Amino acid sequence: MCRLVAITSSKYFSPIENILALETMKEGHDGSGLGLTLKDLGGGFEKLKRYPILSGICSKTGKGTLEDFMKKQGFKLKHEWKPKIKKVKGIIPRDDYFARVYDYPAEYKNKPLSEKEDLLMNTRLALRRIGEPDESIFVFSFYPDVITLKEVGDPLQLGEFFGLDRDDIKAKIIFAQGRQNTNYAICLYACHPFFIQGCCSMTNGENTAFVPIREFLMSRGFPGYMGYNSDSEVFTHILHYTVRALGFPLHYYKDVITPLKASEIQQRSDREALRLVKQSLRALCIDGPNMVIGFLPDGTCFMVQDSKKLRPGVVGGVKGKYALMSEECGLDRAIPERDRDKDIFPMKYDMVIVPPGAKEAKVWNQMQG
Amino acid sequence: MEPDAGIRLDNNHQLSLREFPYIIRWRDDRCKRCGSCTAVCPVKAIVPTVKVQRLVQSEGPVPTPAAVRRTVHVVEQVTDMERYCTGCGACTLVCPNEAIEPEFNPQNKFLHYKNKGGEGYKRGGRRNDPSISTLDRLKFTRISMLTDPALDAGRHEFRVRSLLGRILPPEDLPLKMINGKLVIDKDSGKFIPPVREIFPIMIGSMSIGALSPPMWEGLAMGVAYLNEVEGLPVVMCSGEGGMPPRLLRSKYLKYFIIQIASGYFGWDEIIHALPHMVEDPAAIEIKYGQGAKPGDGGLLMAQKVLKLIAKIRGVPQFVDLASPPTHQTKYSIEEAVAKMIQSMSMAFGFRVPVYPKISGTKTARAVLNNLARNPYAAALSIDGEDGGTGAAYNVSMDKMGHPIASNIRDCYLDLVKQGKQNELPLIAAGGISKKGNLAANAAALIMLGASAVSIGKYIMQATADCFGDEYNRCNLCNTGKCPRGITTQDPKLYRRLDPDKVAERLVEVFKAADVELRKIFAPMGRSTELPIGMSDGLSIDDKAMAERLEISYAC
Repeated sequence: MCRLVAITSSKYFSPIENILALETMKEGHDGSGLGLTLKDLGGGFEKLKRYPILSGICSKTGKGTLEDFMKKQGFKLKHEWKPKIKKVKGIIPRDDYFARVYDYPAEYKNKPLSEKEDLLMNTRLALRRIGEPDESIFVFSFYPDVITLKEVGDPLQLGEFFGLDRDDIKAKIIFAQGRQNTNYAICLYACHPFFIQGCCSMTNGENTAFVPIREFLMSRGFPGYMGYNSDSEVFTHILHYTVRALGFPLHYYKDVITPLKASEIQQRSDREALRLVKQSLRALCIDGPNMVIGFLPDGTCFMVQDSKKLRPGVVGGVKGKYALMSEECGLDRAIPERDRDKDIFPMKYDMVIVPPGAKEAKVWNQMQG
Repeated sequence: MEPDAGIRLDNNHQLSLREFPYIIRWRDDRCKRCGSCTAVCPVKAIVPTVKVQRLVQSEGPVPTPAAVRRTVHVVEQVTDMERYCTGCGACTLVCPNEAIEPEFNPQNKFLHYKNKGGEGYKRGGRRNDPSISTLDRLKFTRISMLTDPALDAGRHEFRVRSLLGRILPPEDLPLKMINGKLVIDKDSGKFIPPVREIFPIMIGSMSIGALSPPMWEGLAMGVAYLNEVEGLPVVMCSGEGGMPPRLLRSKYLKYFIIQIASGYFGWDEIIHALPHMVEDPAAIEIKYGQGAKPGDGGLLMAQKVLKLIAKIRGVPQFVDLASPPTHQTKYSIEEAVAKMIQSMSMAFGFRVPVYPKISGTKTARAVLNNLARNPYAAALSIDGEDGGTGAAYNVSMDKMGHPIASNIRDCYLDLVKQGKQNELPLIAAGGISKKGNLAANAAALIMLGASAVSIGKYIMQATADCFGDEYNRCNLCNTGKCPRGITTQDPKLYRRLDPDKVAERLVEVFKAADVELRKIFAPMGRSTELPIGMSDGLSIDDKAMAERLEISYAC
């Protein structure tokens, strides 16, 4: 079972905080990988928030291909950040880790955000397809104000490897996953957090309903619903589908992945609509032991449990800084000054929502609606 | 050629017992000549007769062997193919001394002779193929443990439920948002199709008429009990033959699917009952085909059309009731499907799901694609080649039709390609629980893509001890002489069947199936939704089958 650390703050902080919290939960991850997603970036990126950032890894040959492709598409490179790589025993460095800030092609500059988002996603998918056969290019996200870093290895060592302790890279929302590689071969695309058009999530647990969910998503006709090197990637895409494609408020994500019984639906004020939602989205019921942590494009963070609450998960913090984690020891490391009595352990009907700015953590209860 | 007077025939013109499918093993030493067996035999395959026996016996203190001739009473199997022993074993059941028993004869040449008068062999039952079916070869191989805290079938909450009815795609839901909550947009004018939540194992169509009154009544009582007392929403299809008038006007109608088929039997009564219905039926099934006899119609023989049946079906007594192989007034899929669905939906105020049932066929996907485009089509029921029937030509039963496993899989994958796998539920039937593995067969079909399964033959076997099997045992349903009283209208026969016992057994069957389904789903990590299309959970020990069904091969 992977270990998850999400921190959301009103101030910029370093991803090393996430990694140190992950270190306290070391028995839960086996050093098979680290995934980091940073949103609402500070440091050198603070003035570049409008511009999309392409995050990934490429080989020497891949770099040329990538540059040519982006040029052809009309993207102009504005800024590039590279981690300050330090050789660490056991981690095999790849040629080029990058976060490249681009300016949109001229014809897209005045287009609405939704069209820009489609362009960014399609560009990312095209690059992925080009680089996947020979592993010359990996691209994890291409979106404004978001950086993703992924690599195989122990999280603490990877933090050192990427030089995160020496870098000034900071963000207000950072998600980190320490992998426990049980189900699939180590593949960078299988590493959480997953990201699509501003929606991001990471999960611990096995998704037993993976195949029907994957088939449902892939048959929606949306090009971004692909990949699925991990059975957990569907959680991100369900989030995107619920909130972006269908335009439902965030708490309906809980109703989609863990629908209520017919008798329980009767108690909700939106019962008529909910009954239809449950029927129409039956195939997206996750049904497995999972705790999901995610964020939305506006910076809202949340945590939900599966319908039987089979995974650990805790949320706690102080005004201006909240953390959503697998275990309390991680929380103690990340925000020791908080009042522990106010920690929230969401149960099977709960969804903990931390709005942007991290002023508070609210609990939405599925039974109450 | 007439033999000359005085010449004894040597019996060489007769069939030998070796040609017969069942040979009676009668034990002279045990038989007390009570005559029960010969009286009960539904086909008169055994007769009491006399024989002259030559015995050598000795009496007195000194051996004085002498031959004597004695006339003895025996029970003898006749060698008339019209009165072949069906192997039902009713004789064994009535024998007080275990003196008689039919034995299957695998060398039989039954089909070589069973066409007297130029008439093909007709029977009831299902395909006579006792081999292991594809359904029984499917295994559940993805067991979650350690990577996942496995679910406990006895402790965790399970919802073994399915949906029957057309489900709107999420993008088309008529919803709007008010104060952060979704509500139905009533101004949109969009049609929201009726959908029922049901137990995923349904009782397939067996009509009143085909079934005896106590059998049908027993099933109906059991279904009502399951719903009202056990909380298991099991639904049962009426078959073509109408419904008892009181049931049509009762609150229990909601547990029944009313079938309309090509003979439209019973529909006069149903239409007249419409204004008096206090509940809507669970659904309407339009029968276009039957897995047991694709392309063949139905026939209720005149002798089965007694007063009750005639009243329910709205026909005169003692006439043959033929349901044509096709709906005679319909000439195309547009008419047959669209118009019938539309008419039936309209008759019930668009409050009842209406779906067609077809026999398993390579053309099922064509029908499916037509239905997928019809927003009023509520489901598609496909009845595979191993489905049962009350009467059909043996050739139709044994050789016509399509196995259900690949048929359902093809249809499901077709829906996946169109993104409509959750919109049009598929109901699989035909051969489920042939070897008694009800829950396992049902779960396997669900994982191949079915939303629900339908069972018939197994219900007769499990609840009323039907003798029929895949060795052509009994299979007399068509004759009205069912020795168990299941498929007969003869009171002397059906009084053998206690409807309360049938109901009790039905409840036991479904409660056990519910537990067994949980036992399958729990280790596979599914509990709140049915694992429809969860094909990664399945494997089979045959590479070609695995490839065909797009599942994994395991050995």
